Amino acid sequence: MNRYTKLTFLREIGMWIVAILMLLPFYLLINTSLKSTSDAISTAGYTPVKNPSLESFAEVTQGDGARTLFEGLFNSLFITTLAVCGIIAISSITAYVLARRLTRLSNVTFYALLVGIVVPSQLGLVPIYIGAKSLGLIGKTWGLSFLYVAFFLPLAIFLYSGFIRNLPTEYEQAAFIDGASRTRVFLTIVFPLISPATGTVAIMTGVIIWNDFFTPLIFLTGSGNETLPVAVYAFVGAIVTNWNNIFAILIIALVPVTVLFLLLQKKFIQGFSGGIKS
Amino acid sequence: MSLPKTATSTLEVEVSRGSRFRSGSSASTKKKKNIHYGYWWWSVPAILMIFAVHYVATGIGISYSFTDYKGIGSYNWVGFENYTKLFKDEILVDALGHTVFLAFTFFILVNIIGLACALAVNRSLKTRHILRTLLFLPVVLSPLAVSYIFQFIFQTTGPLNSLLAVVGLEDWQRTWLADPKFAIYTVLTVMVWQNIGFAMVVFLAGLATIPQEIEEAAAIDGAGSFSRFWHITLPLLRPATAISTTLAVTTGLRVFDQVAGLTGGGPFGATETLATQIYMNTFAFGQFGYGSAIAFVFTIVVMIAAGLQLFVTRDKGTYS
Repeated sequence: MNRYTKLTFLREIGMWIVAILMLLPFYLLINTSLKSTSDAISTAGYTPVKNPSLESFAEVTQGDGARTLFEGLFNSLFITTLAVCGIIAISSITAYVLARRLTRLSNVTFYALLVGIVVPSQLGLVPIYIGAKSLGLIGKTWGLSFLYVAFFLPLAIFLYSGFIRNLPTEYEQAAFIDGASRTRVFLTIVFPLISPATGTVAIMTGVIIWNDFFTPLIFLTGSGNETLPVAVYAFVGAIVTNWNNIFAILIIALVPVTVLFLLLQKKFIQGFSGGIKS
Repeated sequence: MSLPKTATSTLEVEVSRGSRFRSGSSASTKKKKNIHYGYWWWSVPAILMIFAVHYVATGIGISYSFTDYKGIGSYNWVGFENYTKLFKDEILVDALGHTVFLAFTFFILVNIIGLACALAVNRSLKTRHILRTLLFLPVVLSPLAVSYIFQFIFQTTGPLNSLLAVVGLEDWQRTWLADPKFAIYTVLTVMVWQNIGFAMVVFLAGLATIPQEIEEAAAIDGAGSFSRFWHITLPLLRPATAISTTLAVTTGLRVFDQVAGLTGGGPFGATETLATQIYMNTFAFGQFGYGSAIAFVFTIVVMIAAGLQLFVTRDKGTYS
């Protein structure tokens, strides 16, 4: 059934055409960013660049705007890392306790926590914003990380629980018999065993938090602690029509995730489809 | 922000149903009851945080929607005033329409194209792994940054219009972003383009669970490729379809970044959505009461859509 026939070959060609069409925007992105400002205005977007120059990159990496951009890069990295670590630390122990204890209470708690997956965050953001404002937490990077942890705990607990339930308990029992404490059993036996789930949680929440625009727009705008998307939004808004410069900014903003994705593509794709196999 | 939120809730039902049954029936768990897995208080931080952010904050948000709160100072209870104002506000009613339209068309397109791509790159292709990677790449990128690329493409003097001129389709040229009739399709294009890979990967994971023998058996029995797809592959893809469609509907309803990057809600409010209206009214205009009312309507729309989704894609087999 899996013979490579003429039809398969045609399908292969067809899919490459689809893929190339899908990737055309990236061609335009790189092509235009390498043009000089006058070329970017006078030539059509799809015309290949004649004299590639890094003029636009030089321009956007100087001055105040560039500082915001690189600070944004750093802030995004900080917020995302802190939030993902917090999510993993808290959700793994919670999911472990709830999934291994088969009491009625743990069951009810589990489903009560999962409700958080369905409810959109926008409605709660208004009171949270007002509360954070009165506490002086607006514009703090760690404050936003903390908020992200709370937002994504339900999803992470759900992903972990599915995995832990399918995990045999024999290893833990053996360790208990050997006299290991509960904390030690979790840290040295369970946590390494659930690392595939940790990967899924880290990739899913990491990508969503890194790319999130709405929440940092509300909590960090004007604080000097903007994340990358907010910095890009402000920077691009100020440039208006110098597309070669705008695209240089976008490339700087898109490179970190793209590189990470190409390095860990299998992990990424598994991470995003991770929920379905459990 | 919370892209896969509801998506996973569909799955939860099945996962827990299956595994609860297993763990309940296995004798080993009953025998070794004296073994304690972790301490119960390990779950306290998560319970407190989730309770505060998802329950208390949402509850307070609902109560705000019945006030004229401006974010500072005192406020008055105004009953349903915000809601009557909301449904008289033309921009908002339109925004509700745009949101539902975008979510619905997005959900149809992204799932059909995603499924088609998944079927195409599932087996036999020599370059299937590269193709998967390339098609998935847009998923991990910032929707805002991606929208700027498309803003360039859709400009009046942009590559799309100049390409149309080159192939002799001048009649098809539009001022895509400035035309109230077409601007919403630019938003839709970006949404679909960026999420095809996600739908594809979910369907691929579903396809991987279907044993090839079933299809082979059907082929031997004389089923054509379409009938194999319709009667075997598609029904067996139900869990994947449930996830992918729920995901698409909720992502579609939340659309914000693409509008901010492409049109800013314009021209003349033609691409305003509920999420952009919540942002404008609450955080730009400081009408926290009114903004909360919009957010509550938004929440109800999302919950109804998720509920419908669960109902339509439920496992019919188990109930009959």
